[in-house]
Amino acid sequence: MTAPHQSPAFGSLAFIAVVIAASAAAFAYTAGWFSPQRLTPGKLVAAFAPPTGVALGHRRNHAKGICFTGVFEANGAGSELSRAPVFARGKYPVLGRFNLGTADPNAPDATVRVRGLGIRISTPDGQEWRSAMINAPVFAVSTPEAFYEMLRAHGSKDPNATAAFAAAHPEFGAGLRWAKNGPWTASYAEERFNSLNSFVFVDASGTEHAVRWSLLPAARPVAVSPDELAKRAPDFFEQDIARRVADTPQHWTMVVTVAGAGDPTADPTKPWPADRRTIEVGTLAAQQVQAEPDGPCRDINFDPTVLPSGMRTSDDPFPAARSAAYAKSYDLRTAEARDYPRTTTGATP
Amino acid sequence: MIGGHRRFTPLQRLLHWLMAACILAMLFIGVGMVSTVMPKYLTLVSIHKPLGIAILALALIRLALRLRYGAPPLPADLPGPIKFAAQASHYAFYALMIVMPLLGWGLLSAAAYPVVLFGGWHLPAILPQSDSLHTLLWDAHFYLAFAFFALILLHVAGALFHALVRRDGVLETMASAVTYGEVAPAKQGRHEV
Repeated sequence: MTAPHQSPAFGSLAFIAVVIAASAAAFAYTAGWFSPQRLTPGKLVAAFAPPTGVALGHRRNHAKGICFTGVFEANGAGSELSRAPVFARGKYPVLGRFNLGTADPNAPDATVRVRGLGIRISTPDGQEWRSAMINAPVFAVSTPEAFYEMLRAHGSKDPNATAAFAAAHPEFGAGLRWAKNGPWTASYAEERFNSLNSFVFVDASGTEHAVRWSLLPAARPVAVSPDELAKRAPDFFEQDIARRVADTPQHWTMVVTVAGAGDPTADPTKPWPADRRTIEVGTLAAQQVQAEPDGPCRDINFDPTVLPSGMRTSDDPFPAARSAAYAKSYDLRTAEARDYPRTTTGATP
Repeated sequence: MIGGHRRFTPLQRLLHWLMAACILAMLFIGVGMVSTVMPKYLTLVSIHKPLGIAILALALIRLALRLRYGAPPLPADLPGPIKFAAQASHYAFYALMIVMPLLGWGLLSAAAYPVVLFGGWHLPAILPQSDSLHTLLWDAHFYLAFAFFALILLHVAGALFHALVRRDGVLETMASAVTYGEVAPAKQGRHEV
């Protein structure tokens, strides 16, 4: 280039425009703007919305709940499976939430099949173990994509949508059988809560163990018919647990089940054989119950991927999807706090 | 802030290109992770947090270097408004490189999420739990990310304009992360206008 003229400048400008446009397009593609079929956290969360609209300020699912605080007393046996400090013998503070699997925070308790328990166990080194469990023995579907389809079928105006979904997803049968025929109890204190998802525990030698865990109630479960439950007060579940805990702490034993070789870890619809090794690792005690509007669990996300070192997610695709969706739900509801007023001023979490 | 030399110091150039790669990766990871529920979501989040803290640390080092060594002068014939825009964009870059990680750290703190970097190694909360603070910081983090990317596009367009159209040696002040002889590269590509 020895003499100035116009055409090289034009070519250069065109080159610059192409570079910038391609970069912007790559960014937009990564953000999903060209992929309307991509299952985003926003789409998954929106699919929970009931026909009456979302309850602003509340969790988008498991919207009805009540907070509790307590302790997890580890007996030391879990250290064989995981080097997480939470399994060293000792007592660790717990923040938790009893909840019902519904998008409606005002749903009558008897109408909700799925009951849940979220916990956050903290250890003195600042690590946390968060877990959100439910009373179903298996999960409804095998993949997050199928879960989204299931929600869409439930929300569909087509009366045959759920039947069509069930026909296309045979794994749906086990969960459905539990929903129809499994026992109902009249108290959170009598429920068994299950992780359903598989995780990996890493012990002190670095050996990995695929596990699931459950909380087994100390209170003896008493089966109650749904018809009988329907006669009770709409909030009888919350009243019951508040009364029981005020009376005396309520306990659950945490049991970790270790997968055998070849057990399905990636599919939460598939139970593991009943003879798998189980280890009792400690006891959860719920010691105080607080209403949610001012309670300490209100603005906590019981994200099941918040794990201490010594635990990690497995090839089960659900914890990632739950983490992404819970975060979206959290971002939405904390931005809507004025729609879910705290009942007293100056309440601190 | 303006030094008399023709190029940024080797350490400044190294940091510029290293951080360019980190920040671009960070922005793509950010918009990617908030748009998926697949297992890569967790992988992306687990990179996003420590990389953000790394960028914060590098940005503070870089700011100190900039204050100490300054920047080569812009070409004397550059129009005033362009010169102003170039200098303002540098302030915006430093602000974003430092503020974005702090916003991310702050929004995690305000939501009472543990700020896990590697394994059991985590950072303390820098803010109390607060739904309103979380919302404010989350929105700022989100929208400033797009502003940051737009600023990078402008920066790249400007650098290419200097290199290909004006040929005034501005790109050469930052080009190459490693030093070769100081042969006044500003003159090599000088294009008579």
